[in-house]
Parts: sequence; C-alpha cells; structure tokens
Amino acid sequence: MDLRLPSKVLEHIFSFVDSNEDRNSVSLVCKSWYETERRTRKKIFVRNCYAVTPEAVARRFPEMRSLTLKGKPHFADYNLVPDGWGGYAWPWIEALAEKSPSLEELRLKRMVVTDECLEKIAASFKEFKALVLTSCEGFSTDGLAAIAVACSNLRELELRECIVEDLGGDWLSYFPETLTSLVSLDFSCLDSAVKLSDLERLVSRSPNLKSLKLNRAVSLEALGSLLRLAPQLVELGTGSFSDKLDQEAVSKLSQAFSELKQLKSLSGLWDVHPEYIPLLYSVCPRLTSLNLSYATVQMPDLVELLSRCSNLQKLWVMDLIEDKGLEAVASSCKELRELRVFPSGAEDLDETNVAMTEQGLVSVSEVCPNLESVLYFCVQFTNEALVTIARNRPNLKCFRLCVMEPFSPDHKTQKPLDEGFKAIVEGCKDLQRLSVSGLLTDKAFQYIGTHGKKIRMLSIAFAGESDLMLHHLLSGCESLNKLEIRDCPFGDTALLENAAKLETMRSLWMSSCFVSFGACKLLSQKMPKLNVEVIDEHPPETRPDSSPVERIYIYRTLAGPRLDMPEFVWTIHKNLEIGVSNLAIE
Amino acid sequence: MNEFVNLKATELRLGLPGTDNVFEERQRVSCNKRAIQGDSENETESSTLKIEMSPPRKAQIVGWPPVRSLRKNIIQTKKNESDSEGGRGHYVKVSMDGAPYLRKIDLSCYKGYSELLKALEIMFSFSVGEYFEREGYRGSEFVPTYEDKDGDWMLIGDVPWEMFVSTCKRVRIMKGSEAKGLGCCV
Repeated sequence: MDLRLPSKVLEHIFSFVDSNEDRNSVSLVCKSWYETERRTRKKIFVRNCYAVTPEAVARRFPEMRSLTLKGKPHFADYNLVPDGWGGYAWPWIEALAEKSPSLEELRLKRMVVTDECLEKIAASFKEFKALVLTSCEGFSTDGLAAIAVACSNLRELELRECIVEDLGGDWLSYFPETLTSLVSLDFSCLDSAVKLSDLERLVSRSPNLKSLKLNRAVSLEALGSLLRLAPQLVELGTGSFSDKLDQEAVSKLSQAFSELKQLKSLSGLWDVHPEYIPLLYSVCPRLTSLNLSYATVQMPDLVELLSRCSNLQKLWVMDLIEDKGLEAVASSCKELRELRVFPSGAEDLDETNVAMTEQGLVSVSEVCPNLESVLYFCVQFTNEALVTIARNRPNLKCFRLCVMEPFSPDHKTQKPLDEGFKAIVEGCKDLQRLSVSGLLTDKAFQYIGTHGKKIRMLSIAFAGESDLMLHHLLSGCESLNKLEIRDCPFGDTALLENAAKLETMRSLWMSSCFVSFGACKLLSQKMPKLNVEVIDEHPPETRPDSSPVERIYIYRTLAGPRLDMPEFVWTIHKNLEIGVSNLAIE
Repeated sequence: MNEFVNLKATELRLGLPGTDNVFEERQRVSCNKRAIQGDSENETESSTLKIEMSPPRKAQIVGWPPVRSLRKNIIQTKKNESDSEGGRGHYVKVSMDGAPYLRKIDLSCYKGYSELLKALEIMFSFSVGEYFEREGYRGSEFVPTYEDKDGDWMLIGDVPWEMFVSTCKRVRIMKGSEAKGLGCCV
C-alpha cells in the first residue's frame, strides 16, 4: 500500500509552513518532501553569499519571489575588512535575471551593489516590489533613479545606513505619476536634498504609505507639510529638527504630529533643538520604538520626553542619557524589550560622558521585566553589576557590552570581569547573542563554553590569555554559529583541534590574533568544505609558515573557491602546488 | 595573578598628563600574566607564537570602539559646529608626545602646510625635518600626524591642503620610536 501523500496534498500542507527554519526541517525528511518543499518555497534566505552559488539557489527554488542575501562579515561595519574584499551583488542579480525573472523582493546586507546592478533589477524583474539595502555601498543616486522610473509596482525602497555616491536629489523625481503603490520609503542615509514638491506629490498619491524615513536635508517646516499629507504613517524618520520656526509654523507642526494616530515608530531627529522636543509629546504615548541615537539631546530633555513613552518597547539612545536618565526610563518605560546606548564621544575617549556607568543598565534591568536585548557602550563596569543584571533578567536573549577602554578591569575591585560574565551565561539560559569586553582571562571563556549552550553569535575583542580560550568556545558552545574575534593572543592549536566544529558554523572571523599561515594551510587541506581566507595586505605566501596573518575569515561553503578574490585575499586554491595530492578537489 | 594587579594600584608613578601611561601599564599587566601562564602550564606548546603585541594607543585602534562610521560622523559634525561657534574657526587639538598639556589651533588661519608646520614648530619648540613624498619626514625625530574622519592616523602633508583641513580632527606630533612606523627615516 502506498502510504505517501500525493504531492498536491503535500504542497497544500506546506503552504502553511512559513518559517524557513521549519521549511529546512521539512526538506530533510525524505526526497519527496524535499522536492515538494523546494518547488513551493517563495522566501529564500542566503546568509552568506559565498556559501552557495546563485545558480544553485535559483535551480533549487523555481518559485522564488523574495531573496535575502548577506555579504561581508559583520566586522566590516567597523572598517576591519579592506575595500575590495568582495560581497558583490552582481553575480546574483545577473543569475536571477535569467533564471528567476518573477523575483519580487531583494534584501541585501553588507554587499557591494553597483548602479549596473540597480539598472539590471529595474530592467529584468517585471513584478519587482521591494528593494531593501542595509549597509551596502557601491551605487549612486543614478541607480536609484533607474529603480524609481522602471518599477511600476514598487512597494518598498529602503536604504539603511548605506554609503551612496550622492549626485543630487533628482532621483526622487523619477518616480512616475502612475506609481501609487508605495508602502515604505527610506532615504535617510542620503545627503542631498530632494525636491520637496516632488516628495509631497509622491506622498499624497501613496495612500498605502506606512513608513517614511527622510534624510537630514528635509527641514522641519517641510516635515509639517509632509505629515499633513500622510497622517496614516506608522513609522516616521524625521529630517533635521532644528529650523527657526515662527509661532504659527510651530503650532501647525504640533497639530500635524497630533494627527498621527497610528504612529508607532519614530527616528531621525538630527540636530534636535530642545525647544522643539515638546512637538513630539503628542505621539509619545503610542510609540513602541524610538531611535534617538542621532539626537544630541541632554539628559533632562530626554527624561521629559521618555517619561511620556509608557508603551515604548525599543529605545536607541546616546550615553547623553546618563545613569540618571536611564533610571527615569526604567520607571516610565516598563514595556521595554530592547535598549541600545551608543557612545557620544566616540572620537574623543577622554571626553566620554562619565555620568554613564554600569548603574544605568542595572536600574533598567531591575525594573523592566521584558528586557531581552541590550547593547551598551560605557566607560566602566563591575562584576557585581553583571551578577545583578543576570539575576534580574534571566530572560536576556542578546547581551552586548562594550567597555570602551580595552582590558578594563572591574573598576571597584580591579579584578577581571570573568565572574560577571559567568553570571550572565549561567543565569541567562536563552542567551543567543553575546559580546564581551573588559579585562577577561581564559576563565571567562571556560564559563562561556560551559554554560553558553544556546549562544549563536559571539563577539570578542582584546581578551583572553591563550589558546585555551578558543578551545573552550569551540568545544563548548554547541549552538555557535558565528564567532568573531579581534586582538586576542591565540590561534593555531585550538583552531586545528576544533576544525570539525567550523563546518557546523556559518563563519569564523579572527583578526590581529596569532594565527599562523602554516595553520591556515593545514586547515584548508583538512577541511575542503571550508573556505579559509587569509586577508593580509602583505602576501602570506612570501612569508614563512610560522608568521602570523593579519586576518582570517573561515566559512563553510558548497560553492567551492570563490572566483572574485582580490590580491590581498589568499586561499589554498591560489597555491595549488601546496599539497595538491592531499586536497579533495572535485 | 592578583599580586600584579594590586601592585599596580599602589605603585607611585610619575606620569605626564597627555600620555597613555595608564593604558600601557594595563597592557603590560596582562602581558605579564600571560608570561606566567606560559611558564606554569605545560600546555600544547607547539605553536603559540612569541610575537610582541605592542600596546596600541587607545585613540589609534582601528575599528574601536565598534561603532559605525556613520555614527561617528554625525557626532563629530555636531562637535565641529559647536567648536566653531563664535567665529568661523576650525579648531583642532594638538598634542605632542611628552608635553604636559595640549594646545588648540585654528586650521582656517593657515593657507598651507608650510605655514601650519612653522606655527607648530614655534608652539612646541621643535623642528619637523623635511617632507618627502615617498619617505615622509626626514631629519628629525618628530613626525607630524593627524587623525582623520575615519579615525585613522595619517601623515601630515600627503593630501591636498583643502582635503586635509576638511578631514583633520586632531593633530599629534609623534616623537621617537613610535614615529618610525609612520614615515620617519632618521
């Protein structure tokens, strides 16, 4: 008796399976499930663009409508990956144009996107609806014009913290009068001013517009007229918040803000003049997300504002808020889930605000029961504070602490922060993402290896003492998916002993550590399914095997060696005369 | 391990303000601890390389603190605006290795590198040697450097003057062995 369900029935069942994690599990059950699942999957996530070829993805998922791609390693955000390393979107777009012309959505993160890419998208995908570029670079506003003019069904165009060659604000004027489908527009990272009248017309013919994030060049006065045209906004990113407005303009703007009955998220707020903060009061009670990380507002004004945000779940702010301000936040924003505190004196460490210490975070952890995600830059910390935070908030999922001076001990006891982080990993059993800092010995990593069983992403800088540190992590953290390390004193032994672990992870980044070129070669030979990239401005093959390399980036891949490596990236495939007989090259 | 840390706390030291003695001390502490570890543990000896990790100056560490450049620029623009309030000056701090306090100069007062370097030489009573495009400064143990918008330390004189003025955030006159890496061929 054939017990298999007909594929039509399977298809129907699978159409209810949304999450990709579930779909991945489904595809592993048996061949027929794999086949049925792959023919119906519409949303594809490729979290390392070099892990698989675009042709393979297009072939496997013929019904692909939405693709999310990530390129450069995370540390590229902090200038640790030299320009020209890779992460090019072009091969993907070229392949998809040919094999998946029904593509509707493209979300790219940390990739190099050229104007050519954007033109190709505009020309190839007739049903294209959404382009979201995060931390991308390589294109100009001309490329945006190409998208604007051609994509007649465009719903989303978002540029999040991209580096764009700004040739002017004309691109916005290329949206045709017939385009009325816009739901989300984010050009906050662009410098040039767009033509206000064109922007107003675009907004007024977009009844579905829910999210609008303006750039700094949009004045406060212009904001008023835009808000009047789009009172249905759910997300707003303002432009510069500091014109000189007359009384009438101020009251008009205040009125416009109070009409935003659906507004849940507010950002932008560059150059906020304290005088204009009260304009925001009317939307505060409804806000669930507030990004003040570009607003150089001082503590008293911040407290005034935040005391009105009783429903706030996500807060990004600068350390100008100080401990006192965070205490106030704790008492007014009890729904807080995510807190990020950025440094205001990032360039001038001696001018960093000293009224921001571990105490601020402790206060929030004490009072906000839903707090699960933290990014905290500060000047000092203590083990005691970490222990308290862990005890208060065992539900933490993401804990990223950056004590800005490397090797800072507990400022009260002068001891390493080992015990504090031990409390964190022991107490917060669901912790998935952890960044550590301060003075840490190998012990800290022993604790992390022992207790951090759910940690998927771990970031480490200026820590540890020996190879043991890496060994603890690779052998202990079962769920480890991404590990990024800089300026730590170890390398070879732990790496080679735990080579098999690397195939279970997405990627490992190590820079300014003590990994030798010889170890990289050995690892490459041992593990053919990994790309072991040595990123070094001085060609390693001209140096002895024992010499340390500047950076290594190791990732698992089905795609084999990549063909777009610049001269400063070395993989074993560049030197085939090295132990060719040992390599399993297909 | 603890003994070293406590010794540090009680030690009387003479240190000039404006130098990174504190930071270097901490770095040495952890280097010492590593040395002890190496002796007592008969670890998998093989490949731990004995490379001297020279302590990075805190202001010179690439990509630290881990904040995106976009964020750094916003804050710096604000600072520059408030710095230049009341007079269209472009003031930057100038530090010299070994000097007890910093100075501030207005870059907009100078028309080019020779004027700027002359002014610095007078201010700090030193001389800067001769600039060569390839080798940098020769003939002096002092090397003039500046921190640019990206947080990188650059040799003064390489880029056109206008580009220098628009990207310079602070100036540091390096002295002696540290200057060797940055184009000083004495």
